[in-house]
Amino acid sequence: MIKVVHYINQFYGGIGGEEKADVKPEVREGVVGPGMALKAALGKDAEIVATIICGDSYFNENLEEATAEILQMIKKYEPNLFIAGPAFNAGRYGVACGSICKAVKDNLGIPVVSGMYVENPGVDMFRKDLHIASTANAATGMRQAIPAMSKLGLKLAKGEGIGSPAEEGYIPRGVRKNVFREERGSKRAVNMLVAKLKGEAFVTEYAMPDFDRVAPNKPVLDMKNAKIALVTSGGIVPKHNPDRIESSSASKYGKYDIEGVMDLTEETYETAHGGYDPVYANLDADRVLPVDVLREFEKEGVIGKLHRYFYTTVGNGTSVANAKKFASTFAKELVQDGVQAVILTST
Amino acid sequence: MRLELGNIFIKDLQFGEATKVENGVLYVNKKELLEAVGGDHRLVSIEVDIAKPGEETRIMPVKDVIEPRVKVEGPGGIFPGFISKVDVVGSGKTHVLKGAAVVTAGKIVGFQEGIIDMSGTGADYTPFSKTNNLVLVCTPTEHLQQHEHEQAVRMVGLKAAAYIGEAGRNVNPDEVKIYETLPILEGIKKYPDLPKVAYVYMLQTQGLLHDTYVYGVDAKRIVPTLIYPTEVMDGAILSGNCVSACDKNPTYNHLNNPIIEDLYERHGKDYNFVGVIITNENVTLADKERSSNWTAKLAEFLGLDAVIISEEGFGNPDTDLMMNCKKISAKGIKTVLVTDEYAGRDGASQSLADADKTADAVVTAGNANEVIQLPSMKKVIGYLDPADTIAGGFDGSLRPDGSIMAELQVITGATSEIGFNKLSATEY
Repeated sequence: MIKVVHYINQFYGGIGGEEKADVKPEVREGVVGPGMALKAALGKDAEIVATIICGDSYFNENLEEATAEILQMIKKYEPNLFIAGPAFNAGRYGVACGSICKAVKDNLGIPVVSGMYVENPGVDMFRKDLHIASTANAATGMRQAIPAMSKLGLKLAKGEGIGSPAEEGYIPRGVRKNVFREERGSKRAVNMLVAKLKGEAFVTEYAMPDFDRVAPNKPVLDMKNAKIALVTSGGIVPKHNPDRIESSSASKYGKYDIEGVMDLTEETYETAHGGYDPVYANLDADRVLPVDVLREFEKEGVIGKLHRYFYTTVGNGTSVANAKKFASTFAKELVQDGVQAVILTST
Repeated sequence: MRLELGNIFIKDLQFGEATKVENGVLYVNKKELLEAVGGDHRLVSIEVDIAKPGEETRIMPVKDVIEPRVKVEGPGGIFPGFISKVDVVGSGKTHVLKGAAVVTAGKIVGFQEGIIDMSGTGADYTPFSKTNNLVLVCTPTEHLQQHEHEQAVRMVGLKAAAYIGEAGRNVNPDEVKIYETLPILEGIKKYPDLPKVAYVYMLQTQGLLHDTYVYGVDAKRIVPTLIYPTEVMDGAILSGNCVSACDKNPTYNHLNNPIIEDLYERHGKDYNFVGVIITNENVTLADKERSSNWTAKLAEFLGLDAVIISEEGFGNPDTDLMMNCKKISAKGIKTVLVTDEYAGRDGASQSLADADKTADAVVTAGNANEVIQLPSMKKVIGYLDPADTIAGGFDGSLRPDGSIMAELQVITGATSEIGFNKLSATEY
């Protein structure tokens, strides 16, 4: 039996409208409001063990507190599935459903599902984190929303594969998945070209993302006293790649101590990078990670100090998300260690 | 320029007394073949094996795949600049051993060589599970530098394809296809009312084992230029690439560039396919600026209405793709791009390393980071051990039973950015 906890707001919980939006979370055993229909749709494989009701204003104005409180309530029931909403086009309700679903997924590790109208602000905020069934913009769409949510929920709880957004009725999550199409790529390109020439409609297979461009920082004016760190995506690692950083599509980065190291030699360092002929980097890894030059600069007083550690990964085929994750972790360490500037080398 | 391609369908491949094609069977005399391809002191041995569709065979690490062809009429010979002199190819008559391929394999050159499985999951992703493959496993001398190793193996593959291609010289083709491109002014006169389209063919030239050759010239050293589509069919462009196996263009794919084929298909009906602009993907900003400026300039010069632009490789060349798209679009010329994606193993990352809002018509060949399971195979031609270190593999990719879990990246030709396959990606 799949144990389900359901989350709804004060309105669907029968407490009241806007005037009651500040009520604190409460838990009731069994089903409440739309939970009746949900129970029917879930059928005999699942049971709604508890319903949590919370005021939309209270939740949004006390985000952390309310989330923690609700998580505690849910935990007690040890559910296998968490369902929130449907919120239709109610903005604060949608945000609450999304927030609590994400918190449940992250903290309790159980599948979650919600339902919203595509323009609900909760969709943009949370569609990447969870499956949100696509609903109408008002409660008149309850009859369609409930079966869609329960179907998704059951599949997730049973660990069954989730099909495409069109097949399953959820809002696209921005997750790329491989599929085989009817025609080969070249033919699809020619068809798209002809459609574009004729001014006919066509669907791009990859919509351009909002590109994450990073504005450069202000220059360091006092280099003589600056602590400089070396960071590379060129894959320079101690000989034999102790942490087994992948030659492509890196899932990790390395942090290595270069205290007292004046020069990277063929005997001590190499590259793990699979995207270029490694001969020249292996002969002299300073070509990619210029420790030797920075040691000279240190001696000459051009820079204050070379940071004791360098950070390294392989840029080759590594996803932007991984690169971002690595950098946001070690950037904090660099700041903590008093590093003023980083020389970032690529290949 | 007019080329007749005579396809001779090869249904089976066997070793035999003489190298010949008989009733759709390609027989290869191993000794003669080895004489034709041997002699390079940088290789200590070359072994020959056969892999056929449906067999439980894995070939790895794969360097290049080449289709055997022979020029039977018209100037020049196959692979000008390497095997033949640099005469202008692409006209007359060429015979193709369709269904046969030469595969070069053996000890790894770099990190970026691939896997061809003849059956199982992997076979669904590579075009070369459907060809009868003559595999040459080359062993280099000790301490041979990577670029020398690559060159030695590349030449073995080209020589083998040329040697085998000769077997089709006097065979009546099963199918004849005619491709013709007129000089631009004549073409415009013939199709005055049709929009003019061209193909912008980006060649992988990042260097350090990422090299493509045009009539024997390292394409890093070219500025973008024009080429008749049929020249490509005679091997004017070939691969010297060790970029990730999934989205580099093996020489086989250059010879059979499907964008060229499919553009010809509707040529004279929906548009006038005037020709091909080749350009490179060099690593410095100045090179990128110069080449993309030049590509856009040529597109304007030709009076084009639309282009298809294909990328080769990923990451750094994503920038070239976007620069080409942006600058060509800025001339008022419509664009369609063909690429693949690196969206992370979970598919949740941004797919390309660059983006531009003019890139509103994109065909994708799939997410190369997606993880696949390859069953163990009864026979392995080459070596399994590089599975953990080739691009797309990771620590533990190779399991004790010989099965492999790795990113799709490891499969030769899986996410072809010239649209060779039906694989694509969509948003979930």
